[in-house]
Amino acid sequence: MNAPNTLVDEARPAPDLPRAQESHASSVAGWWHRAQRLLPTLIALALLLGMLIYAEVAYGRVFHPGTMSDLLGGAAPMLILAVGMTLVIISAGIDLSVGAVVAFSSVAGVMLMGQGLNGWLGVLAMIVLASLFGLFAGVMVQYFNVQPFIATLAMMFLARGLASMLTTDVVRAPEGSPFEWLSTRWKLYDGPKVNDFTVTPGVLIALLVVLGAVFFLHRTRMGRTVYGIGGSENSAELMGLPVARTRVLIYVISGACSGLAAVVYTASVQGSARNVTGLGWELDAIAAVVIGGSLLTGGAGYVLGSVIGVLVLQVLRLIITKDGSIDPQYLTIITGAVLLVFVLLQRLLAKKRSER
Amino acid sequence: MNRVKAVLRTSWFWAIVGIAVLLLINTVKDPRYLSVGLNPTTGMMTGNILDILRVSAPIIMIAVGMTFVIATEGIDLSVGSMMAVGGAVAMQTLSNLSDPTSVAAMLQAIGLAVLLAVVLGAVNGVLVAVVGLQPFITTLVMMMAARGIARVVTGGQNTNARNEPFRLLANGQILGIPTSFVLALIIVVLVALLMRRTALGLMIESIGINPRASRLAGIRPRPILIAVYALAAVLAAIAGMFNVSEVMTVNPSSTGNLMEMDAILAVVIGGTSLAGGKFSILGSTMGALLIATLNKTVVFLGVPSAATPAFKALVIIVLVLLQSERIRNLLFRKKSPGSPGATVAQGAGAVPSAGEAGSEPKGAVS
Repeated sequence: MNAPNTLVDEARPAPDLPRAQESHASSVAGWWHRAQRLLPTLIALALLLGMLIYAEVAYGRVFHPGTMSDLLGGAAPMLILAVGMTLVIISAGIDLSVGAVVAFSSVAGVMLMGQGLNGWLGVLAMIVLASLFGLFAGVMVQYFNVQPFIATLAMMFLARGLASMLTTDVVRAPEGSPFEWLSTRWKLYDGPKVNDFTVTPGVLIALLVVLGAVFFLHRTRMGRTVYGIGGSENSAELMGLPVARTRVLIYVISGACSGLAAVVYTASVQGSARNVTGLGWELDAIAAVVIGGSLLTGGAGYVLGSVIGVLVLQVLRLIITKDGSIDPQYLTIITGAVLLVFVLLQRLLAKKRSER
Repeated sequence: MNRVKAVLRTSWFWAIVGIAVLLLINTVKDPRYLSVGLNPTTGMMTGNILDILRVSAPIIMIAVGMTFVIATEGIDLSVGSMMAVGGAVAMQTLSNLSDPTSVAAMLQAIGLAVLLAVVLGAVNGVLVAVVGLQPFITTLVMMMAARGIARVVTGGQNTNARNEPFRLLANGQILGIPTSFVLALIIVVLVALLMRRTALGLMIESIGINPRASRLAGIRPRPILIAVYALAAVLAAIAGMFNVSEVMTVNPSSTGNLMEMDAILAVVIGGTSLAGGKFSILGSTMGALLIATLNKTVVFLGVPSAATPAFKALVIIVLVLLQSERIRNLLFRKKSPGSPGATVAQGAGAVPSAGEAGSEPKGAVS
């Protein structure tokens, strides 16, 4: 946030860097230093495990293969959305359009298949159409200096409106569409009775997306540039990093993730699509990313943290369904409270760091 | 000539143009669209224009509240939920009192709603100004929490009540103009006087430009920020009451849903920059009127109302592109190549986006 005024300001800490890193790598202090940056994520992980154990003790049948498969299956679309959102947030942007793009993409895809388009081409079309929204938002942000909030708000309105223009009814994919294959349950572990551990192709897609994003962010130049843009755009520019190209790509990836999430979600609801799908999903995705330890100011965050964030929200939902006495309407309040605790925690840690 | 140019460059002028275009489209479709008639049985004026004014009242309220929050470089995502809180508290109070003609009951309902809104808004303000959380995430939490509070207040049910004075807020008329619109205008004028006749507006803008510098200049940002968020919440609660008074029933899940986006849109149309530092109350009011007109036009043209967002998206895209430096350079450079402003713009354009997207756009504009 405190942008350096001159190059000299930016360059000053450089001589200390190698030495500092060396000691960090070897000593306990270094481990603690890194752990502190990971602390919010670690606390989220602890919370996740705590919630699972609590649910097991209080309601039982939680650490059962069947429950776990349902948990993962339910989380798959949100996992994919959260990956895209993580990239955008690390680059100090925000993408409000993901929920609406999911709605448009699923309605458009299912209708195209209904018109006789080949199923797999339809799936491809869903992803491409969603990416176009991202491309449009990225170009507005990068080349027309529109704030990400406003650019993606426009895309949110556009996608939601177009989806509603296509249809306001429930549309169903024709017999034999890829959605049927995508929702098949592969039995990995044959438990007693119906208590099997199963995965759907949707869950595998989500896992691949997560792994791909981890590789992209940590092992490619483009991925490191994402962090660079979020940390300080001017510095990234001055270092000769391809800021413009990367930023547009970030929004395209986020759009493509929305399209993929639409595919996985539509498959999980047996190929039916509605124009009101995904209302408020963007906020869930943002909440998951923040709980997972990414900073909304950009420059810091982990995809794996966001995965934990998504699972925290999903287990919260599980507990509320299992409990039965908690009104589902309180879910938003509880989500909000969890979110508040985590941002307060981040704030506390950030304050501590700046005081040292 | 310069005055004309200055007016042309203000955003609220383009909002008026937008409203005129929409009304023109409607008149082409139905030549009697603009006509105002008198309903002989109720003795009330009727007409599409009056309808637009009536539905614009809540949007004006939340847009004006949002204006000040955005001027401090913040954002308030909770206004839609705050509308639900305001409506829920008012309806619940009225149905508990069950006194269908009493003005005192109405005042009590309004008072309670405003009181709760002040508290919730102040919580937003404290979290932003004292704890130092980001406005986006703070008000996102409040958006979830306030929606929950509205559900708790009504027990999750749609609640209706009967109270004639309260019903007249949206359904009554003063000299033929809907009461809610008249009240909204009075509130806007009062707020504008408060902001522009005292230093408060200037202080809000200075916090939006540079909080540290304004602190060094002797402005205490905390009370001002808290007041700004509280004001936004109060105006949102009033908007919620206008909204529920139309049908005298509140749905805690859908009242005010996504209205925060309309408010932000109205503010952006009105020319208030999301980067903070300046605001235009007149602009936001015009922006709100444009959105109300747009909502009504889309329905009038027979497009399903669920598709309205697509038209809003077009309005945003056109407006933000018109406001962007790149398009402005293209449009204005040719007209006055010799002016110093143009050379500066060209100079900035020669360095590819290094300074353009920098951290201080306000400095670059002035």
